[in-house]
Amino acid sequence: MPLRPLQQQEVMLKILKYSFYDLIRSRWSYIYFLFYLALGFVLLFLNNDVSKAVITLMNVIIVLIPLIGTIFGVMYYYNSREFTELLLAQPVKRSSIFMGQYFGVAGSLTLSLVLGLGIPFLLYGLMRSNAIFDFSLLLVTGAFLTLIFVGLSFVIAISNENKIKGFGYAVLLWLFLAVVYDGLFLMSLIMFEEYPLDTFSLVATALNPIDLSRILILLKLDISALLGYTGAIFKKFFGTDLGFLVSLAILLIWTVLPILGLRYKARRKDF
Amino acid sequence: MTIEINNLHKKFGKNQVLKGVDLTIDKGHIYAILGPNGSGKTTLIKSILGMVIPDKGNISILDSPIKKDWKYRKKIDYLPQIANFPPNIKVKELIHMIKDLRNSPSSEGELIALFGLEPFLNKKLSTLSGGTKQKVNIVLTFMFDTPLIILDEPTTGLDPKALISLKELIRKEKANGKTILITSHIMQIVEEMADEILYLLEGEIYFKGSIKELLNRTEQTNFEHAIAAITTTGSHA
Repeated sequence: MPLRPLQQQEVMLKILKYSFYDLIRSRWSYIYFLFYLALGFVLLFLNNDVSKAVITLMNVIIVLIPLIGTIFGVMYYYNSREFTELLLAQPVKRSSIFMGQYFGVAGSLTLSLVLGLGIPFLLYGLMRSNAIFDFSLLLVTGAFLTLIFVGLSFVIAISNENKIKGFGYAVLLWLFLAVVYDGLFLMSLIMFEEYPLDTFSLVATALNPIDLSRILILLKLDISALLGYTGAIFKKFFGTDLGFLVSLAILLIWTVLPILGLRYKARRKDF
Repeated sequence: MTIEINNLHKKFGKNQVLKGVDLTIDKGHIYAILGPNGSGKTTLIKSILGMVIPDKGNISILDSPIKKDWKYRKKIDYLPQIANFPPNIKVKELIHMIKDLRNSPSSEGELIALFGLEPFLNKKLSTLSGGTKQKVNIVLTFMFDTPLIILDEPTTGLDPKALISLKELIRKEKANGKTILITSHIMQIVEEMADEILYLLEGEIYFKGSIKELLNRTEQTNFEHAIAAITTTGSHA
């Protein structure tokens, strides 16, 4: 038996492993995986048009991933409170505990998504057309959205001792970013239609990870012509390599911010 | 000395729980932390463990300050008051997990035998009774060799046989030169085990001394009555 003191990264990885195994043993992970598997097969193989299949797929996952990430994140945090307390009294750094749990949840959800959609993608590519691999972006943005929303839900949960409140705030946040934000965005476009809104729409889209992911995938589909004048502007910005990199950078910032928030909260909290 | 605490303050919202606790804990003794409900016993213990972050004051364990440190917890074994365990894992898995995380030598085999836990090793924690959970809790606490042991209400739910085993265990650890902190509402245990009494009242140490000193000060012959009378005699430690 090795008796050298463990490095904190090792401890974090161990906690990650426990959370990960705990989750992939749970029924919900399978349901989530099977759902994507079924969705991918049905849409790709029963649809002759790849673009249409991808658009439908996108519309579903772009709303569903944040919702599932939020709910799983909050539920996991509250359900593992006992285990967290047990760990807090052990010689383990606080941030290792929460980082381990966060990556465990986000990792298992990402795995369900990537395998669930990846298998139909792969089979479709082998049997029908390689074009499907252009849409791996769907999987990448999906993974980002999972990381972002699990992170946000952990921050909300750690800030609220009251389960009901934490759950409520997390769902409200999802509702805001997935639905209300677009409404406000459209309303402001209509209200200020006499003004040049190019920069405004670009910035407003970039600030919401859900909208940003949607635009990235739509541009990949090359149907921006359907989006009219705004589409042309988006194409001009997001369509370039620079725009693409900037978008990925913004998604990365969206991922890192909740993680930093979680570390900050974890350091100061009383248990 | 094992623990040194200076001017410790902690407030939860408007509730000032600790109001300047000063305390020195020496090596190799058993200390009982007593006090009415809400006097700050658990907060004091959790501050020592770093689970609660004090507003003001310092804590040193084995001569090094604990602020922003976590490695010092290798020197502490802690038995939490309410044994809240993750419900869906087996007793065996839980013991394995904690061993895996601490990566130190452990002696869980003897303890499992001592408390007769073998039939429960493959059961999920959610299916165990309160007393059995507490036994698991005790095994997790005592299986490592650490200089400081903190027990928050260790007797909760134990049957008489397990209680005797626990007392023997505590005595054995004391004989090995360990420092032990206990909180308990059962005065008989305290009277039997403790070398020193720490009485917390409204967030301050109200009395610190041996049982004999306590009896003298309160002019009582019975320990339980002495504890009850401690606040009325009004003599600060």
